[in-house]
Amino acid sequence: MNGDASVVSIKGLSKVFGKGGVSALQGIDLDVERGEFVSLIGPSGCGKSTLLRIIGDIIDPTDGEVTVNGKPARRARLDRDYGIVFQAPVLYDWRTVVKNIALPLEMLGWDRAKRAARVRDMVELVELSGFEKHHPWQLSGGMQQRVSIARALSFSPALLLMDEPFGALDEMTRERLNLELLRIWTETGSTVIFVTHSISEAVFLSTRVVVMSPRPGRVAGIVPVDLPQPRTAASREQPRFFELVTQVRESLHAVGADEVEETLSTAEEIA
Amino acid sequence: MSTVPSTSAPSRRVGEHIRYWLPAVVVFGLGLAAWQWLLPDVLGVEEFLLPRFSDVVQALVDERDKLLRGAWITFKEAFGGFVLGSGAAIVAALVLARWRPFGNALMPYMIAANAIPIIAFAPITNAWFGLLSPWSKVTIAAVLCFFPVLVNTLRGLTSVDPESIELMRSYAAPEREVFRRVRIPNSLPYVFSALKVASVLAMIGAVVGDYFGGSLEALGIVVLSAVNLSQYSTSWAAILVASIMGIAFYGAIALVERYALSWHPSVGRRVQ
Repeated sequence: MNGDASVVSIKGLSKVFGKGGVSALQGIDLDVERGEFVSLIGPSGCGKSTLLRIIGDIIDPTDGEVTVNGKPARRARLDRDYGIVFQAPVLYDWRTVVKNIALPLEMLGWDRAKRAARVRDMVELVELSGFEKHHPWQLSGGMQQRVSIARALSFSPALLLMDEPFGALDEMTRERLNLELLRIWTETGSTVIFVTHSISEAVFLSTRVVVMSPRPGRVAGIVPVDLPQPRTAASREQPRFFELVTQVRESLHAVGADEVEETLSTAEEIA
Repeated sequence: MSTVPSTSAPSRRVGEHIRYWLPAVVVFGLGLAAWQWLLPDVLGVEEFLLPRFSDVVQALVDERDKLLRGAWITFKEAFGGFVLGSGAAIVAALVLARWRPFGNALMPYMIAANAIPIIAFAPITNAWFGLLSPWSKVTIAAVLCFFPVLVNTLRGLTSVDPESIELMRSYAAPEREVFRRVRIPNSLPYVFSALKVASVLAMIGAVVGDYFGGSLEALGIVVLSAVNLSQYSTSWAAILVASIMGIAFYGAIALVERYALSWHPSVGRRVQ
């Protein structure tokens, strides 16, 4: 790792879908330090989910390189260096809450006792005690997403990749889970890359907000968030919070994100 | 939000059950009554068209040994065909789902083969296995079961949410694990609905297969020979036995399904 503190390092990354087709990402350079909480924000179709999937080696970049923990992304995936949370909880109906959380531990070959102990901690961490034996379809959307987060964290990955995890939830649940996520982040000390559509969510959660331009997605600006830690519901009411929200909004305007929003929603579907 | 004291939950459940099933029971009773009295006495339906219900029951009692022997022979044929056909179909579906180009190449023919009236092969399978062999009927039943189970199982194995696969990929899961932990459990509801259809098809295949050869004591032969001797009540009794057997077979699979899919939202609604 050559004394490099970066958990994720992206150099000259581009992605083109299809032969000579849609250019989704262009010349992305980004470093994420250990313990950071970085949000990717941008209009629909700016390739932020694509970028997340490339970091996770779920799809391959066309050009450029991604290193995670000083290793190529593929090696990092094979070493199970990251946990991933999608917008949909992606839980398995045939598994109970505890068994869903234990899935990655089974893949890692942990023995039963070790698994049970870790799962118990995780259930506590995401405050789902009493629901251990429930099946996913017996839970509310917010609870399902908490299971999904617990599963991603269960094997203590160095990096947590989150793709609009609260996008499908109502505002109240979303704000509560935001606070919960921050608490978990503080407790576990993990590094988070978080894709979102919501400016206020990005500012509230992050240590840095990466603003992306519309297609082809580029890093249009980076807004460091200097709101004090630990953040609480009151953080949302500080004048500094509103200044930062405005700053992010203005950099989105500057790249014309709002104007192209509509024409690009189809491009996202292609991607 | 009143606090009216209600009857205890179990007794209310019984009441609900009665209210739910009562119409069906009434229809059943009316149907039997029509069979017994309305058709022969009022509408003058002749015995060779449809004997009276009580006559069929009488034949059922009188000929019970012959009927049971025949039922057992035909059930063995149907069950053997069901196991062989469904088993082969599930294995084939796993292979086709695992090696997709292979599956894509064969799939159109599988679906086309599904449209072949397999029963038409019955006289030919007799030629293959010999006129008295049960295997011709087992084969017919097996082939009848094969295609619906194959097509459904394959659909269950492949209609998996892409993000579930991405998730497994993020755990560096080998293909074998993806099948074991995602594709196969995902396919089970599809497999069971196919097996229920297959149980019915296997019974049809075995009974119709009886008409073309094999054991002279099989249930299909009982139907056929009783008709030839104008013992219509006996034929109908044999048909009744075949129906009951078919329903029991179907019900047995439905029971296994309830147990195996107790996690499924359609089965396991118990909490909340």
